[in-house]
Amino acid sequence: MVSKTKSAKETNNRPPVFVVLQLSGGNDFMSTVIPYNDPHYFEYRKTVGIPEDDALHIDGGYAFHPSMGSIKNLWDEGKVAIFPGTGYPSPNRSHFRSMDIWHTANPEALSSDGWLGKTIRDLDPQKENVVTGVSFGSGLPRAMYLSGTPAISVSELEGYGLLTDLAGRQQRQAIKAFTRMYAPEEFEEADVVWDHLGQTGIDALTGADMLKTAPPAYTSSVEYANDALSQSLKGIAQVHLSGIGTRIFYAQLGGFDVHGAQIQTQQTLLQNVSRSVGDFFDDLRENDGSQEVIMMIFSEFGRRIKDNGNGTDHGSGGGTLLIGDRVKGGFYDPYPSLAPEDQLDGDMHFSHDFRSIYSTVLEQWLGLNPVPIVNGAFDQFENVFNL
Amino acid sequence: MVLLNQKTDVELVGHLIRRAAFGEPVDLLEQKSTRSYETLVEDLINVDKFPRLNEDLLERHNIQHADEESRQWTRARWIYRMINSERPLEEKVALMWHDVFATGDSKVGNNPMMRTHYEMLRDYGLGNFRDLLLALAKDPAMIYWLDQQMNHSEAPNENFGRELLELFSMGIGNYTEEDVKECARAFTGWTKSQTIPRYPNGFYDSEFIFREEDHDNGPKTFLGETGNFNGDDIIDIIVKQPATAQFVAAQIYDFFVSDNPDEARIDEISRVFIESEYVISDVLRFVFNSDFFKESRFNKVKSPAELVVGTAILAGRHQTPYEYGLTKMATATKNMGQDLLNPPTVEGWHTGREWIDSSYLVERINFSSKMIGDLEAPGTSKILARISADRLTMTPDELLDECLSEMGKIHLKAPSRAILFEELNVTSDLTCGTEEFEQVVSQVLRLIVSSREYQFA
Repeated sequence: MVSKTKSAKETNNRPPVFVVLQLSGGNDFMSTVIPYNDPHYFEYRKTVGIPEDDALHIDGGYAFHPSMGSIKNLWDEGKVAIFPGTGYPSPNRSHFRSMDIWHTANPEALSSDGWLGKTIRDLDPQKENVVTGVSFGSGLPRAMYLSGTPAISVSELEGYGLLTDLAGRQQRQAIKAFTRMYAPEEFEEADVVWDHLGQTGIDALTGADMLKTAPPAYTSSVEYANDALSQSLKGIAQVHLSGIGTRIFYAQLGGFDVHGAQIQTQQTLLQNVSRSVGDFFDDLRENDGSQEVIMMIFSEFGRRIKDNGNGTDHGSGGGTLLIGDRVKGGFYDPYPSLAPEDQLDGDMHFSHDFRSIYSTVLEQWLGLNPVPIVNGAFDQFENVFNL
Repeated sequence: MVLLNQKTDVELVGHLIRRAAFGEPVDLLEQKSTRSYETLVEDLINVDKFPRLNEDLLERHNIQHADEESRQWTRARWIYRMINSERPLEEKVALMWHDVFATGDSKVGNNPMMRTHYEMLRDYGLGNFRDLLLALAKDPAMIYWLDQQMNHSEAPNENFGRELLELFSMGIGNYTEEDVKECARAFTGWTKSQTIPRYPNGFYDSEFIFREEDHDNGPKTFLGETGNFNGDDIIDIIVKQPATAQFVAAQIYDFFVSDNPDEARIDEISRVFIESEYVISDVLRFVFNSDFFKESRFNKVKSPAELVVGTAILAGRHQTPYEYGLTKMATATKNMGQDLLNPPTVEGWHTGREWIDSSYLVERINFSSKMIGDLEAPGTSKILARISADRLTMTPDELLDECLSEMGKIHLKAPSRAILFEELNVTSDLTCGTEEFEQVVSQVLRLIVSSREYQFA
C-alpha cells in the first residue's frame, strides 16, 4: 500500500474528472483482453475462443478483442492501464446483487448509498454545484445515488429542460410555482420520499439551466456514431468542455450477458465501446480537455472459464480498464492463471479487490480519502497516473 | 357533486381504482360509488364478467403496425389495453409480474413472442401461482431470455434454473448452489420451436416443446426431496415453500399497497396465499378489503406506466382506436425509466423512490403537463365543461377543488395550494366561459400534475 501521495488536483489547475463506463450483464474479460499465453485458453474456449490471427496483439502474449481497434490505439500510445483479475471475496453471480456490490462498494450488507454519491458529496461538501455528478443514459445509477446529494441524470442533452412546451409568461409562472412547490422551506412535514422528490425537482431545474449552456458552446470535428453510448459520451464531452464544473460522469451499455451467441454479440458490443471511447478521447484532445480526464471501464463480473457450447455463464473474476492521457499504460496485476488448480469454482480467481481500484482513483486522482467511500482501507496500485 | 344514493365514499373508490386499475375521472368514480366497496372489488377481480377488448379496429386503423414489425407498437398495444380494458386489474397484474419475471426484447428480439409473453402474464396473472410459474417456464420468450433452449441433458445451462429460484420465487438465501444445479437438470429438454427467420416475411411466434430425449432422467435431490423430477415437479416443490409465500406476498404488498415493506402485513398476506392454495385473486381480494390497503392512500410513487396511462385516462386520450400517436405513449414511459418489455436487467426495475431522478422527473412533468393542459384533449375539455356548468363565477379555491375532484378526488397540500394561487396571481373570482378562465384552468391542471403530490398514487 502506498502512503499518501500527491493527487492530480495538486498538479494541474484544472480539477481532475472521472468518467465511469459500466458494461452491464457481466462482460467476458477473457475475450476482451485475451490471454493467449495461457496454455488452457483454447482448451476451455472451444466454441467462443477468438482465433489468434484475428485478435489485436499487445505485449506479453496478450491481445485485445478484434473489434477493439480504437482502444488498442490508445494502448499503443501508453494510455491504457489493464487490471486483470478484478473481484471481491465470496463472489456473487447474480447480476443485480453483484452490480449493487460494485455500486455501493459493500459486499457485506445491502445498502443504497452509492460510492460515487459519496464521492460527489466529498468533492462538493457545501453542495455548491448540482452538476458535480452527471449521468448520461437510462437513469441515475445506484452508484451515484446518495440521499441529500444532488446528481443529475440526462437522457438527451438537446432540449433538456422543464415545462418546455410552455413559453413566455406562462412558462415563467409555471416554473416559479414549480420551484416553490418543490422547495423544502415551504412545507413543514418531512418524509424521505417527499424530500427526495423536492430535492430532485430543484436540482433538475438548476441543472437544466446549467446544462443548457453546453451544446451551443461546443464545436468538434469528431463525428460520433448514432448509438446510445456514443451519444452519451458525446454529451459527456460537451458538458466537460463547457466548463460548468462536472467532476463525475457516468455512462452505461447493456447486453453483455452472453450465455448464447457470444461471438456475434460481443463483437458488436465491444466495437461499440471501443469506437465511442476512441471518439471521446479524440474529441477531448482536439478541444484541449483530455489531460484532466480518466475513464474506468468495468463490469459486474466476468464469466465462467469454460464455455457452455455457444456462450459463457456467469463467473466471478473479471477485469477493469483505466484510460486517459495521464494514465500510465500497462498491466497492473498478473493475469489470473486458467489452470484447473488455480481456478475459483470454475472462474478466474480474482487477484485484487475492485475497491483497490476505487481507492487508487479516489486518493491518487481525485485527492479524496477513500476509506469512508469504499467502506474500508484497501491496498492501492502505485504509479498509475502521471501526476 | 356527490350522488345521494352513494354507498361507498368516492375518495375510497378513487383509491381502489388508482391502485387496482389506472385511475378514473370523478364522474366514473361517482357511478361506482353507488355500489358497495366489496362488490367493486369483486368486479375488479372477477374479470370474466367483462369482455376482452376488441382490438380489430385498432389493428385496422393502425395498419402500418399490424404485422408487429415495430417494437414500439407492441408496447403501445399494451398501453392501449391498460387505458381501455374493462378488465384493468388483469393488465395491472401483468405489469406487476412483468417487473418480477422481467423479460426483455433487447435479447428476445421478436415482437410476437413478447406479445405472447405479456398476454401469458395477463391470462395467468390472477390465477394459481403454480400455473403461472408453469406457463412462465413454457413461455418461448422466457425460454430464450434465460437460455433455457440451451439447457441440455449433457450440458446443463443454469440460467433459468437459477433465476427461477432467485428472482421468480423463493429469493436468494433459501436454497443452495446444489439446488440450482438440480433444478436446471429437471428442466433439461424444456425448449422452444425454432423461430422462422424474420426476413422476408416478418416476425413469427414460436412455441414450447418438450424434448424427452434431451431430458435428464436421473434422480435429483431438490430442496431436500429426491425423485426423478421433471420441471413441473420442481414447480410443485417451489410453490409450497414458505419462502415462496413470503416472496409473492412481498411482491403484492410492494405493488399494490406500499413502497415500504411491512413484515406483519406481508406475513398476513403470505398466510392467505398458503390458505388459498396459491390463488392470486384470492390474495388480492384479501388485500383490497383490508384496512391497511384502504389506509394506504397516496403513499406509493406511481410507476411510469401508471403515470402515463393514468394521465391519458384523465385527459381522455387514446380511448378510441382512431387516435394517432399511441406509440408516443410507449416512448414516454421509456423516457421516464420504464421501457415496457425491455427491463434493464433480469431483476426488473428499481421502483418506489428510484422512479424519481432528475431526468425521469423532468419527463414525468413535461409529459403530464402537456397532455392534461391541452384544452383540445377530450378529458380536459370535459373537465372544463363540468366545472363551469351552471356557474357564472368561481372563487380560486372552488376552481382548484373542482379540478382536483375531477381528476379522481386527489389532493394538494395546503402550501402547494397557496403557492399555486400566488404564482398564478388568481386572487379574485373568475368569470367562467372566458378565454382567460380556460387558460387559468389549463395552467392549474398543468401545475397539479407537476406537483409532488401527483407523483403518488
